[in-house]
Order: sequence, then structure tokens, then C-alpha cells
Amino acid sequence: MKRVPKRTTVDMSTKLGRLEFSSPVFTASGCAAAGKELDQFIDITTIGAVVTKSVMLNPRSGRATPRMAETPSGMLNGIGLQGPGIDDFIQNDLSWLSQKGAKTIVSIAGNNVEEFGKVADKLRDIPGVIAIEVNISCPNVENRGQVFACDPYAAADVINSVRRNVSASIPLFAKLSPDVTDITEIAKSVVKAGADGLSVINTLLGMVIDTDTLLPKLSGKTGGLSGPAIRPVAIRCVYQIRKALPNIPIIGMGGIRNGRDAIEFFAAGANAISVGTTVFNDPEACVRIHDETAEILQEKGIRSLSEIISAAHREDL
Amino acid sequence: MPIVHKGTVVDVKKVGSYFVLTATAADIPKDFKPGNFVAVAIGDERSSLILRRAFSIYQVNDRGVYGGTVDIVVSPHGPGTDYIANLKRNDPINLVGPLGKPFSLPKDPVPCVLVGGGYGAAPLFTLAEALTARGCRVDFILGASTQEKLFGMLEARRISTTLSVTTDDGTSGVMGRVTDVLPDVIKKSGAAVVYACGPMQMLKAVSEVATLHGIVSQTSVEESMACGIGVCMTCVMPIIGEDGVTRMLRSCVDGPAFRGDKVRWDEVGTIPADTWGAPEIGGH
Repeated sequence: MKRVPKRTTVDMSTKLGRLEFSSPVFTASGCAAAGKELDQFIDITTIGAVVTKSVMLNPRSGRATPRMAETPSGMLNGIGLQGPGIDDFIQNDLSWLSQKGAKTIVSIAGNNVEEFGKVADKLRDIPGVIAIEVNISCPNVENRGQVFACDPYAAADVINSVRRNVSASIPLFAKLSPDVTDITEIAKSVVKAGADGLSVINTLLGMVIDTDTLLPKLSGKTGGLSGPAIRPVAIRCVYQIRKALPNIPIIGMGGIRNGRDAIEFFAAGANAISVGTTVFNDPEACVRIHDETAEILQEKGIRSLSEIISAAHREDL
Repeated sequence: MPIVHKGTVVDVKKVGSYFVLTATAADIPKDFKPGNFVAVAIGDERSSLILRRAFSIYQVNDRGVYGGTVDIVVSPHGPGTDYIANLKRNDPINLVGPLGKPFSLPKDPVPCVLVGGGYGAAPLFTLAEALTARGCRVDFILGASTQEKLFGMLEARRISTTLSVTTDDGTSGVMGRVTDVLPDVIKKSGAAVVYACGPMQMLKAVSEVATLHGIVSQTSVEESMACGIGVCMTCVMPIIGEDGVTRMLRSCVDGPAFRGDKVRWDEVGTIPADTWGAPEIGGH
């Protein structure tokens, strides 16, 4: 039996701008492929949304193995954005998701500003796509200098290009990197360029060295660190952005493992959350975390999730 | 359909250098086919080791005293496998399975050679039973570096027409590699298929011998996995498709059993230049 959220008296619905969701728990890009595999374990139409793995214009093999190293309470990955390319993705993955009736947020990536625009253009009028997440912060690209999210101007250029190539009604979420001096500066820049919301955070750039070979463990040498180890960094980023931009929709992510972790994100200012690395440990995690969050709120006598969103900021108000 | 099962350990037995762990598994045995695996969580929901470890299913029992159970063979060689090997009866254990594409079975009752390297032999015993049930002759070859790293000798003898054993150091059977005896076993049995599970170098060598003899090989590969269910893209290998195009396929859902002649063994750990979507310059 596929797991579905338990009935609850707590109102777990949430909003990201005009978009409404019955659950605040989404998959995280790169940790759920395009939903099909997880749908064996959970009914993916019952979670908030499926955020698909970042897709680029052309098919892409990704990096050589080893692509992964386990780290304390986390993992380092350097997949290198393996994927089928946007045409194949629309034909196979998006049509499946749309047929299922899953709410889909498509994550897109590009090697340059132009490619982002081209990929976005392909998504015009594709049924089932409710929003686009613009992955300007994948650390596993050819040139670390191309991580757009590390530079406010480059980040804005990408969002601009995507904005020009999609219908005005489709919300854009910019996915930000924590590897910056001031994440609020990047956040403000992409919002000004046309982002309707923010996905906070992508992985942190890291490295693991094999103590036998004395060489980096990943073929790409560096990789993105994820999992519970990075949660405090993610919470800090969500908190800072919420403080700087009180009304911007935020999808929070980074090491969410259970309902208590989710509540931290909501209190910091996230309107919804994405569950990533934890899905590798528990394929049912998105539904379980929804249930656990509802149970905790119920125990606290809180009737609606919306009551705790940004609660950590109330002392500053 | 695979399930997440919060089970308990029924038994852990030391067998040579290995541990055979039996765990309750609910309906996992009902859907099981030889070659499937389970992904085992390390520790509880607070554990700092969050990636599951994948194990070939060695045996299943779908209606024992404990309901469904599965057996896996563990070779402790790191914090995760050490944890599993040290589990005791009644300890909780969390399994996801059955996972992976099973071995393909021949349509006709043709002779088959099964080659196991060390505890890699684990999935071959249920395979041998399935083949025998189809009327296939089964010949076994077990190899390891040394005697105590051989796995399943008694069982292999019981369910096979012949059993050949090799060890690198000569402590049991023929001194040498499984591929030293494989050509002879293929000839004598008239084998049409070779099945193999074990270290990558062994699989490569077995696959080459099979190809040389003009017969098919099915190799069950071991790549490092993070999820086991097809979502993380960690366990990929360059595999030649039916259209002749090489793609980076996931060993967890497109495998772990691949046709040996379709795996680009020498290029595992690389992106061959003609791979679908390979980078033009530099890398990904």
C-alpha cells in the first residue's frame, strides 16, 4: 500500500504567492528523479509538489563514478546533472506526472544564461507545470565560477532570461547557494530580476579525501554537501532572507529529516519545504514528515500551519 | 512493488569470514525474484549514517514462524556493515525491498554455469533453484582469495551437477581464479549461459570468457549506491543498449544484473566519449 498523509484536524495547507498546496512538503530537486520511483512507496499526488531533477537543454551523461561519499549526518554528491534533456523530459517524465495529476515544479539548469532561457521556453504551456525552479546554484558544473548564484549580477541575468521566455503567469523560484558572503544580497537581486520566490538552500561545496589513496573521493573532486549536517546553515539562510524580504515565498530545504526539523524551517520563515537526502534513507519521508509535522502542531494545540510560519521572527517585530 | 519494512533481526550467524543475517521482511519474499536486493538502514532515525547499504537477497522464506523473512550475507568492512554484522536477535532493522532487476532466466532448459566470488555468491542459490525448476543443468564455481572467504560450498554442492572451487592462495580447491576453471566447466557442461556475481574484476573476466565461448553471461554488479531505488543517480555504469548506444545506467534499477557483453568493463568509473550526453570537452 502506498503511503498517503493521515487525516488530521490541523490545516496543513500552505501558499506560495498565488499557488495553493494541500501539503507543505515537497520533494527536493535531484533527490526524487521525476517522481515515478517514489510513487511506488507514496502516492505522489498527495504531497505538496514534486520538484523534478534539474533538466538541461540536451541529454547529459553526468560525471564519472565515484559520484558520492558518505559524510557525518550527510553525503557529498557530484552527479553532474545527468539527465535526458528537456525534450525527452517533457515527452516522458512530464507527461507521466501530468497524467498522474501530480503538482510539478520543474527545476531547470543551464551552462549559460542563454541555455536557461531556451529550456524555460520549452516549458511554455506544458500541462501540469505549476512553477519553475531555476537552479542557479548547482556546484557540480564544469567551472565553479559559473555558479550563477554566487554573483548577484549573474544570478539576476539568468532569472531575467528565464522570465522573458516563460508566460507571465508561471511563478519562478530561484534556488540559492549558501556559499556566499551575504545570501540576502543574492535574494534581493533575483527578486528584482523577476523571481517570484526562493528555494533555500542548495548544497554546500565540499570535499572528502580517501585516506588510503590520499586523493579526493569523488571523480569531480568537489561535490555538494547535503543532509542533516547542513540544516543549521539552511535555517540561518531562510531566517536571514525572511527578515530581509518579509513577503517573498520561500521553499526551505537542507537536511530535513523529521517533523521537528520541518517546524524549524517554517518558524524560520519557509512557506513550504523540500525533503532531499532523507528520501534516500526513507522513500516514504515526504508523507511521514507531513504526518509528523501535523502531529506536533496538534500536540501544541496549533490548528493551522500558517500560524507558525516566520514565528521565530516575532521577537524582532 | 518494493516496500519499506520496519522489521526485527531473527538471527545472525557467523559463516567463515561472513555473517548471515535473517530478518523479518513481511511481503518482501512474495515479490522476490533471484537477483533482487534489499537496502538496509544503518541505525535508527537518529543515526548519523543516513545512506542505506544494499545486499543481495540470499534466501527468502515467505511463510515461516516469523512470517516472511529474508537472509543476507554481510562482510564487515566499514562502519555500516560492521553495524549490521553486530546486530543481535530481536534488534530492529529497517529494510527496503525487493529492489533491482532480477536475473533473466533462459526460456529453454539449457545448462548454466553459476560463478560466485566470495560472498558475491549469495544471490546464486535461489537462482540455482529457479533454474533447476526449469530443468536446467546447474554447474557451480565458487572462488575467493582464501578458504574462509568462500561462501556456500555445501549448498552449492547440493544443488549443482558439479562444483568447482578456486582460491588465490590454494587453501581450498584449485589454486587460482574462477576463470582458470571456467572454460573447462563450460565445455564439459555444454553451458549456454554463465551467471556471475562478485567483484567487478571477476565479472569482467567471466564475461570475457563467456563471450570467447560464444555464450551469454549475466553479471550482477556492485556499484556504490546512496538510495537503491533509482532516484540518486550515484550507481551508474556505462552500458551498451539494444540500439548500440552507451548510456550511464543505474545499477540499482536497470541492474544489478546486466548482460556481461553490454557492460563496458574497462571504462567503469569513466564516461566513455561516445556515451549518450557525454561532455564535448572538459567534463560535467
